[in-house]
Amino acid sequence: MPINVKSAGLATTIQDLGRPGYYHLGIPVGGAMDRLALRAANMLVGNDEGAACLEAVFMGPELEFTEDTQIAVTGAELPPKIDGEARETWTTLSVRKGQVLSFDYLRAGARAYIAVAGGIDTAANLGSRSTYAIGALGGIDGRAIQPGDAIPVGRDFRNVAEGTSVPRNLRRMPGNPAELRVLPGLYVHRVTEESLDRFFSDSWKVASEADRMGYRFQGGSPIEFVDREPPFGAGSDPSNITDACYPYGSIQIPSGTEPIILHRDAVSGGGYFMVGTVISADMDLIGQLQPHTETRFVRVNMHTALSARRVRAATLDSIRQTFA
Amino acid sequence: MSSRYTFGGDEHIFVEVSEEMSLEAFFKALSMTNAVRDADIKGVTEICPANASFQIKFDPDVIHPDDLMNELKRMEEIADKAEAVLNTRIIEIPVYYQDPWTHETLMRFRERHQDPNATDIEYAARINGYDSVDDFVTAHSASPWFVSMVGFVSGLPFLYQMVDRDRQIQVPKYLRPRTDTPKLTVGYGGCFSCIYSVRGAGGYQMFGITPMPIYDPEQKVNYLKDFLVFFKPGDIVKWKPITREEYDKNLSEVEANTFAPRIREVVFSLDEFNRDIDGTNAKLLEVLNAD
Repeated sequence: MPINVKSAGLATTIQDLGRPGYYHLGIPVGGAMDRLALRAANMLVGNDEGAACLEAVFMGPELEFTEDTQIAVTGAELPPKIDGEARETWTTLSVRKGQVLSFDYLRAGARAYIAVAGGIDTAANLGSRSTYAIGALGGIDGRAIQPGDAIPVGRDFRNVAEGTSVPRNLRRMPGNPAELRVLPGLYVHRVTEESLDRFFSDSWKVASEADRMGYRFQGGSPIEFVDREPPFGAGSDPSNITDACYPYGSIQIPSGTEPIILHRDAVSGGGYFMVGTVISADMDLIGQLQPHTETRFVRVNMHTALSARRVRAATLDSIRQTFA
Repeated sequence: MSSRYTFGGDEHIFVEVSEEMSLEAFFKALSMTNAVRDADIKGVTEICPANASFQIKFDPDVIHPDDLMNELKRMEEIADKAEAVLNTRIIEIPVYYQDPWTHETLMRFRERHQDPNATDIEYAARINGYDSVDDFVTAHSASPWFVSMVGFVSGLPFLYQMVDRDRQIQVPKYLRPRTDTPKLTVGYGGCFSCIYSVRGAGGYQMFGITPMPIYDPEQKVNYLKDFLVFFKPGDIVKWKPITREEYDKNLSEVEANTFAPRIREVVFSLDEFNRDIDGTNAKLLEVLNAD
């Protein structure tokens, strides 16, 4: 059963849980920016948790269904409409052949996940259907969806009762101000202690350059660097390093002005120092930040990072229990 | 050379072998990543060698970050004892220096450049003390280069010049990165050359372009059928300056899918290289150019 794309939204891409294993060649893992929301969307329509969905950012697409099926929309509060009638997010919805799914304007968050029973069934590259536009991998011809596309859908799914929904307390979204927990490290020694304290106490705002590759922030104090003799190969700017790998979630601050957090479509390396890394438990939250959102970076240690990871895993388990 | 170990959040360990670039640091990073791969440690999911550092991604649900850190520190002792010898390949990459496409692009971004009145290669030649662009092209293309890292985006190689430090070319990156770079541009930043595998943003100076594809997501190019990325760390590259006519000829071969890069197997020993740089390079080029 194909889904016909009538309008595409802003940058709606096909995403699953990504293609790990190729980062050493500059091919990032990719996949849903908010992985918890993607998994929940799939559970709501009886798919495997890692099935491919549509990731819509800020604005939803318009989709026509060519068979009766079930769908779910999770993540951002981007209210779905079926043939113009308002429906619930985070809920199993039935659609009939010929009906059109459209969306109201965005109320909260940034990225919505649209799951269809059977999962999107485009060809996989390197084990994933995730769209990575820079490398022309996954999706439809390696790009975002376009009007006129017919998106193929698989046939394998379990039955879930219409109206099933994920309890509100399990729908994880950033607060206001958003708080992102950061483990300092990497090249943090390049920054003076006072400057690092300011980095963590300042209030930052998400800049307009915020996409699947990375999120830029503005509004905090410029970084003060510890003096040094530039190492051979690094470059003369105090924020330069000999080009190295970038961890997912790492925070680089080119020229010490605007921090950039690398996300699922990260560039795998480069020549800018990094002050630390957003912990794995909070990566999903970044995908739900809108431009101008006030954000605080919260300093944590490894113990807290691992506890937070367990809390996130427990939330996922609780969502699974909803369907048990 | 004692390495610096640090966590990149709860899923990465970052190891800086040396702050500054050197072939010794590259070899040690490569040999440590090989040791990690051979050790087949449960929970390790990605092993990423870089120029003078490397990164390991892991699943902290499988191995505790502190335990993996200790394992890696043990690997350093193994790497320190390892002989710096590499079975690798040398590849000839044709380069059309000062081509019209990178020229058109660099002219669009002059206001982001250190020297708006010169081209990228004129600027690079001048600040490295060469009298002419031709002399600079000779310096860039005469000796071989090591692929010291693959990454940034889709199979992009960083290359390190195999000459002593006094002769190494150094050029700063653009003041502000461009929003566009032609696909297959041969670039330069810091002490590294690169080949832009795909079109996109970039901050490296642009010297020329190669007709030879190095990344093919469709895997149709005859030498990229087995894998979509051409380069791997440890490859040795020799740039071959070509004319417009040769470029057009190569390009038509690429389009007919008959282009075959010149590739030869070689053994590289770091000690031998350090004892006699020019002699070792001459031997490498002899292997490349034989038959």
